[in-house]
Amino acid sequence: MTSLPPAVQVQNLVKCFGATHAVDHISFSVPNGGCVALLGGNGAGKTTTLSILLGLLVPDEGTVEVLGEDMIAHRWRVLNRINFSSPYVDLPHRLTVRENLTVYARLFGLADAKARIESLALDFGVADHLDKPTGRLSSGQRTRVALAKALLNDPDLLLLDEPTASLDPDTADWVRTHLETWRAKSGAAMLIASHNMAEVERLADSALILKQGKIVEAGTPKSLIERHGRANLEEVFLHVMRSPELTS
Amino acid sequence: MKSTPAQRIGALVLRHYYLFRGSWPRILEMAYWPTVNMLVWGLVSQFLAESSNWVARSGGVFIAAVLLWDVLFRGNLGVALAFLEEMWSRNLGQLFVSPLRPIELVAAMLVMSLLRTTVGILPAALLAIPFFDFSIFKLGWPLLAFYANLLFFGGVMGLGVSSLVLRFGLGAESLAWVLIFALAPISCVYYPISVLPDWIQPLAWALPPTHVFEGLRAAMMDGRFDTSHFLAALGLNVLYAAGATILFLSVFQVARKKGLLLNVGE
Repeated sequence: MTSLPPAVQVQNLVKCFGATHAVDHISFSVPNGGCVALLGGNGAGKTTTLSILLGLLVPDEGTVEVLGEDMIAHRWRVLNRINFSSPYVDLPHRLTVRENLTVYARLFGLADAKARIESLALDFGVADHLDKPTGRLSSGQRTRVALAKALLNDPDLLLLDEPTASLDPDTADWVRTHLETWRAKSGAAMLIASHNMAEVERLADSALILKQGKIVEAGTPKSLIERHGRANLEEVFLHVMRSPELTS
Repeated sequence: MKSTPAQRIGALVLRHYYLFRGSWPRILEMAYWPTVNMLVWGLVSQFLAESSNWVARSGGVFIAAVLLWDVLFRGNLGVALAFLEEMWSRNLGQLFVSPLRPIELVAAMLVMSLLRTTVGILPAALLAIPFFDFSIFKLGWPLLAFYANLLFFGGVMGLGVSSLVLRFGLGAESLAWVLIFALAPISCVYYPISVLPDWIQPLAWALPPTHVFEGLRAAMMDGRFDTSHFLAALGLNVLYAAGATILFLSVFQVARKKGLLLNVGE
C-alpha cells in the first residue's frame, strides 16, 4: 500500500519583486486532511505564497507540489481538485449570485450544478439572495458567496486568504464552524492566511509565522503559546513581530 | 468530475450571455453605432450618386463598406471587451484557479466577438433594405467570406489589445477603441488601394482588410468574386492569429511571473 503524498509540499520557495524578497527560501507541507495557517503582518509573504500554490504566480526558485503534482509545470492536472477564496479577487457584480455560481459550476464540470448551488446557498445563508446581483450584497454576504464558490467542486485542497475578514463576529463564528464541519466531513486539507489569531487557534492544526518573506516560527498553536510563554496566539504573534532577533 | 474544453468555453460564453441578458442598454448600444453609420453613409451615397457616375454605378458600395468596417471594429471590440469585463470585475484570478486554460479564454472571447458583432450589425444591415433599397445579403456567399475574414482579423486585433491590457494594466484599455482606427486609412475601406501613395501600398497589402475591401469592390462593381483576395486575406489572418495567440500566451506567462493576474481591477 503506497501512502498518499502531502496535500502541499513546498521546498525552498523564493519569489522576488525587484529587490524585495516577498518569499525567501521557505519550506513547509500541509498533510492530507490537515489545516495549516500562514500568519504574518502585511507584506510578510502570505498572499504571495498562496498565489504560488494556486499557480497564479511563478516562483523564482523552489518546488511546489500540490496533491502530488508539480504545480509549476502541471497545474492543469490539479486545478479541478483545488479552490480558493481571496479578498484580492471578486465575482462579477452585475451577475446574480446564482449566475456566478452556475458559471463556476460549469467551469468545474459539476454534474448537478443546480442542486449543488442550492445546497451551498442554504449552507452559507445566501439562499434568499441567489437571484440578486452579486454587487448589491453586503460585503459579508459577498464573502459567504465567495466561500460557497470555493466549495462548489468539493475540493481536496482549499486555500483561503482572510476568509472571515469582512464578517461580523457572529457570522465569522458561523463560517468557521461550517469550515470545521466541512473539513471533518470531506477530509480535505486547508491552508489559511489570516490575521485573526482566534480563528487560527480554532481551525489550524499548525501555524507558520512569516516575517519579511521567511518562516520565523512554526508549530501547533498550543506549542507556540507554550514555547513563548504567552496566554494566546495573538500575544505570540505580537511578540514575534516585535522581536528584531526573530527574522530568520 | 472533470470539465471538457467545450464546457469551459461554454461557461464563459454563458457568463457574457448573463451579462447582456440583464442589460438592455448594452444590447441597444451594440446596434446603435452601426445603424447610425449606415444611415450617414447611405445619405452621403445618395447625395454623391447625383453628381458622380462612379458612385451612381457602384450603388451601395459605401453602405456595404461601412457595414463591413463595423464588422472589423465590432470584432475587435467583442474580444477586447470580453477580456476587459474580467479585468473590471477582478475576476481573472478566479477564472485561472478554475480548470480554464488561457487558450480556452481566447476561444470564448472569439465566440463572444462573433455573437456581439452579429447582434450589432444585423439590425443596420436589415434597416438598409427599406431605407436605401440596398441589401448587403444580395452579395450571397462572398458576403460570408468577407464577414468571416473581417471578424477574424478584428478578433486578432482584440486579442492583441487584450495582451497589452494584461501586461500594462487598465491604463491601456482605451486601445480597445482607438488602435483599430490606425489601420482604417491603409485598409482602403472606402477607396481603392491605388489612391494610396506607392510607398505605403505594400503595407496595405499586408493587411487582411485591404484584400477584403478590394474584394468587396470587385464583387459589387464587376460582379465577380476575386478568389486571390479571399485567399490572401485568409492566409494573412492565419499568420496574424498565430502571432496574436503567441503574444497573448507569452504575456500570460509574464503575468504569472509578475503577479499581474491578482492585481487587476478598477
